[in-house]
Amino acid sequence: MPEVKKIATREGYGEMLVELGKEHDNLVVLDADLAAATKTSMFQKEFPERHIDCGIAECNMMGIAAGLAATGKVPFASSFAMFATGRAFEQVRNSIAYPHLNVKIGASHAGISVGEDGASHQCNEDIALMRIIPGMTIINPSDYIEAKAAVRAAYEIDGPVYLRFGRLAVPVINDKPGYKFELGKGIILKEGTDVTIVATGLCVASALEAAEKLEADGISAEVINIHTIKPLDTEIIVNSAKKTGKVVTAEEHTVVGGLGSAVCDCLCEHAPVPVCKIGIYDVFGESGPALGLLVKYGLDGQGVYEKVKSFVK
Amino acid sequence: MENLELQKVANEVRKGIITSVHAAKAGHPGGSLSAAEVFTYLYFEEMDIDPKDPDKADRDRFVLSKGHTAPGLYAALASRGFFPVEDLKTLRKIGSYLQGHPCLQHTPGVDMSSGSLGQGISAAVGMAVSAKMSNESYRVYTLVGDGEIQEGQVWEAAMFAGHWKLDNLVVIVDNNGLQIDGKIDEVCSPYPIDEKFRAFNFHVINVEDGNDFDALRAAFKEAREIKGMPTALVLKTVKGKGVSYMENQAGWHGKAPNDEEYKIAMEELEKAGEALCQK
Repeated sequence: MPEVKKIATREGYGEMLVELGKEHDNLVVLDADLAAATKTSMFQKEFPERHIDCGIAECNMMGIAAGLAATGKVPFASSFAMFATGRAFEQVRNSIAYPHLNVKIGASHAGISVGEDGASHQCNEDIALMRIIPGMTIINPSDYIEAKAAVRAAYEIDGPVYLRFGRLAVPVINDKPGYKFELGKGIILKEGTDVTIVATGLCVASALEAAEKLEADGISAEVINIHTIKPLDTEIIVNSAKKTGKVVTAEEHTVVGGLGSAVCDCLCEHAPVPVCKIGIYDVFGESGPALGLLVKYGLDGQGVYEKVKSFVK
Repeated sequence: MENLELQKVANEVRKGIITSVHAAKAGHPGGSLSAAEVFTYLYFEEMDIDPKDPDKADRDRFVLSKGHTAPGLYAALASRGFFPVEDLKTLRKIGSYLQGHPCLQHTPGVDMSSGSLGQGISAAVGMAVSAKMSNESYRVYTLVGDGEIQEGQVWEAAMFAGHWKLDNLVVIVDNNGLQIDGKIDEVCSPYPIDEKFRAFNFHVINVEDGNDFDALRAAFKEAREIKGMPTALVLKTVKGKGVSYMENQAGWHGKAPNDEEYKIAMEELEKAGEALCQK
């Protein structure tokens, strides 16, 4: 197999912040002592006067971001997914989302692929936490290229946005001519007729790998990349479900309240078909190499392949 | 504005508080009344604001971190002309722009949604650092409760404000000594308040009578002159001030007067108003 290029989505976050910083004077980046890990140190180096390190105080950081947004700045508040959405949940809800302030939350180290740090830092709940907040836009890019596009799209809309990035270097899958990021629009990466795999984040690459293996077994899988989890592209999902009659969702997140739940919410209303959810099944993560954990929890290509195959049978 | 005029306004603000909370049959009169003078001073003397242009870019900002005392803020905004005084009676009613706690999107003159304690001060600090970043001259004021400073986020915000030397920020502590469960020093004492803020690199001004306009005037003047650090004003106030049976009673933290109590309160305030007119 040819060597695939791998880059972490958080790299795309850091690079696009620098690019946008050059274009827009009102862009401000906030950190809570994790600038190196969230990759915002690139912005800090380029625009030190527009980078604010709040220290280890995420709740205050979200409030500072709200104050900046209320006075015309466009703040990107950065931390790990665990702290941005977990510790600071209520600040995000009450200080940012309730007044619908133009704050972008850039969260890295989402999901189990954090790896060795273990369960305390592996946030598998962030999408669920952000989904339940009215008016919150949620973007979970599948690779480095999509991450960059997502950051730009987040800047361009008015209102709160949650951007989800990973620590792990993941395959670059969108380096194709004609790739276009449209906020709120899913992308059909492969057409199929027997089953639909709706995937998000690093599971998109797993879904593509699984679809190839399924093809060899005579199963035609349609693969849809859902980068924007809210607002969800219900049309693309419903149309595909009506065509294939079976849907599998795949996400590096708990199956409670994430993409799988969002897809089920949509399908039970518009196109009730059997759904199989691939994700973390109501357990905490654990320490270990990221790739090994993805295998253990069935989120790699082989894991998705096996689950889809037994579901379609 | 002369002190006597300010006192008259503060008395009107108190009437607005009682009227709105009575009409709503719910709300927080105690901490609204203790802060009636500081609301009045901010909106009639201290802050550069324009009721005809509530969103003007270079206005001074106020964040009511102790958001449950919205009736006091609303009464001050109405008295200043941001919206009709008559509308105070719609407080907490379905469809009203006067929500139980301040709402940025709905109410003219409100600079930040607040009410979840500990959060407003961070937003105020964010506004102050925003002004510093873009060399704007507006000032930012925030009012926190003495019970509210039990929230850890208050001290995260204070640490940040001290670190950034935000001399365009004034944190006002309404030290009325009472919270829902009783006396603050019996529930979980935040004292000494002044030394805590000093330790967070604030210039601290203790105001012995926070319901006195001379004292407020002197304190806010001093705050303006301080450079290189934020200021904390610790106002010793009386919870429920101006309504005899509410004064220093924790029970009036979050309770509306019934019709009889409303009548008594308004009579007292009418009398106080008449006395001021004869001065």
